[in-house]
Amino acid sequence: MLKFLFHTQVSLGLAQAAVVALVTIIVAQLAARRGALIGREVPFALLRGLLQILAVGALLALLLRGPWWTSIPMLAAMILAAGTIIRQRVPELPGAYSISLLCMCAGAGGVIAFMAILGIVEPKVTMLIPVGSMVIANNMNIQALFLNRFLGEVRAHRGEIESALALGAKPGSAVAPYLRASFDASLIPAANNVRSLGIVWIPGIMAGMVLSGSSPVYAALYQFVVLGMIFTAGAISCIVATQLVPRRIFTPHQQLRALTR
Amino acid sequence: MPQPPAVLEAIALSRTVEDVREGPKSLLRNIDFRLEQGQVLAVIGPSGAGKSTLLRLLNRLDEPTSGQLLLQGKDFREIEPAQLRRRIGMVMQRAYLFPGTVAFNIRYGPAQHGVSLEHDQVEALLEHVGMSGYAERDTATLSGGEAQRISIARALANHPEVLLLDEPTSALDDTSKAGVERLLAMIVRERETTCVWVTHELAQTRRVADLVLSMRDGHAVALGPPAQVLDA
Ligand SMILES: Nc1ncnc2c1ncn2[C@@H]1O[C@H](COP(=O)(O)OP(=O)(O)OP(=O)(O)O)[C@@H](O)[C@H]1O
Ligand SMILES: [Mg+2]
Repeated sequence: MLKFLFHTQVSLGLAQAAVVALVTIIVAQLAARRGALIGREVPFALLRGLLQILAVGALLALLLRGPWWTSIPMLAAMILAAGTIIRQRVPELPGAYSISLLCMCAGAGGVIAFMAILGIVEPKVTMLIPVGSMVIANNMNIQALFLNRFLGEVRAHRGEIESALALGAKPGSAVAPYLRASFDASLIPAANNVRSLGIVWIPGIMAGMVLSGSSPVYAALYQFVVLGMIFTAGAISCIVATQLVPRRIFTPHQQLRALTR
Repeated sequence: MPQPPAVLEAIALSRTVEDVREGPKSLLRNIDFRLEQGQVLAVIGPSGAGKSTLLRLLNRLDEPTSGQLLLQGKDFREIEPAQLRRRIGMVMQRAYLFPGTVAFNIRYGPAQHGVSLEHDQVEALLEHVGMSGYAERDTATLSGGEAQRISIARALANHPEVLLLDEPTSALDDTSKAGVERLLAMIVRERETTCVWVTHELAQTRRVADLVLSMRDGHAVALGPPAQVLDA
């Protein structure tokens, strides 16, 4: 419908973005009335997301022509930015930023490097940036879910955790059930995506590749590879987090910190 | 001849916390006591007096701001925290049992240092708290009084040298309250366990305590034998 009103590609894009934003804001306001905290930040988040992606679109137009190694600082910058976003989700966790960076470097960073070295992702900017950003963005969400869930569990189970300590448990084993629950919960979306692949969900890259003329079978396999990377990166980052996080919520004398928000 | 070290000794124990709004807040000031083998110290005082604060320090769940705590003459800070907590058992006001079976809860403490309790040992502990045959029950199905008995058996499984009881019956109704209190009094006397017992029951205090520490606003109002403190 919008196509009849807007004739250039950019103006059409803007109109589509405006409609989506409007609908999202209305839904978010309805959600806010039911007590969902997230509603209030939606308009700002939408505007911010739009400006960011526009800037990147413009930047990409320039950068995509560069040599492959220019993607390294770009991917690193994405991880740094993702770290600040995660930190804002768990302000009560001491060292959330450095933990997130380490976890994402091990997870997303490690997986992207591995794939590039094996040649599964061709080492050129036009591949590394879009695929890398997908892996990093998903890794960010998985990591944020993990930390958020874990801190929620710890707050809800102070009594059990301190009872475990009082029985002579080390901090790591006192919080082990909550680490496990957070690990599982944070990977549910990524695992669901892999399971429902093709049945519930035909994802973006595959659609894009088919549209641009690749063989659908190759596109399908490639999509599978990317989802596998997302899941693997997420799992690695959570495994690393499992090692790093308990140390931050306990004192050196194995006492559970207050963790007030 | 030098005096043998006390089982548990507190010297000028204080704790101050940094309150976000009110600034530094003194929760505990200059608490002293000394407990010999098998002695029971009852800690009494109005709500907010700092009784739980004191008990948490004795289990090293919190850190004192100043002062010293000694277990068998050795400074708490020289003992590895997990080991210290195994030697000083604690039963909290509310029983926070772990999800799973009763037996899992009983085995939890010893399992933390690689000791796996035999079925008979679990049964013996359960019998001790009047809960024979409950080993395979899901903890979610226990009543409040039953849960508190399990949390006592769970603490005893570690064979602690000192037992800390933070109003272990205050969350219970009168019937289970009387039962659990009798049980604890019996265990403490039978095992000659050195014990710090926060309680509201003055009659109970007279019966079980060798020493009474009466607290208000974070400091000691009186410390001495029950007759002397309670009748003052
Ligand atoms: N971390 C903390 N920050 C600020 N105030 C605290 C903190 N912990 C305890 N308090 C305050 O210290 C005081 C003593 O608390 P405590 O729990 O030791 O009392 P209590 O004697 O056990 O009382 P009750 O009989 O009600 O259990 C209370 O006023 C409490 O609000
Ligand atoms: Mg209390």
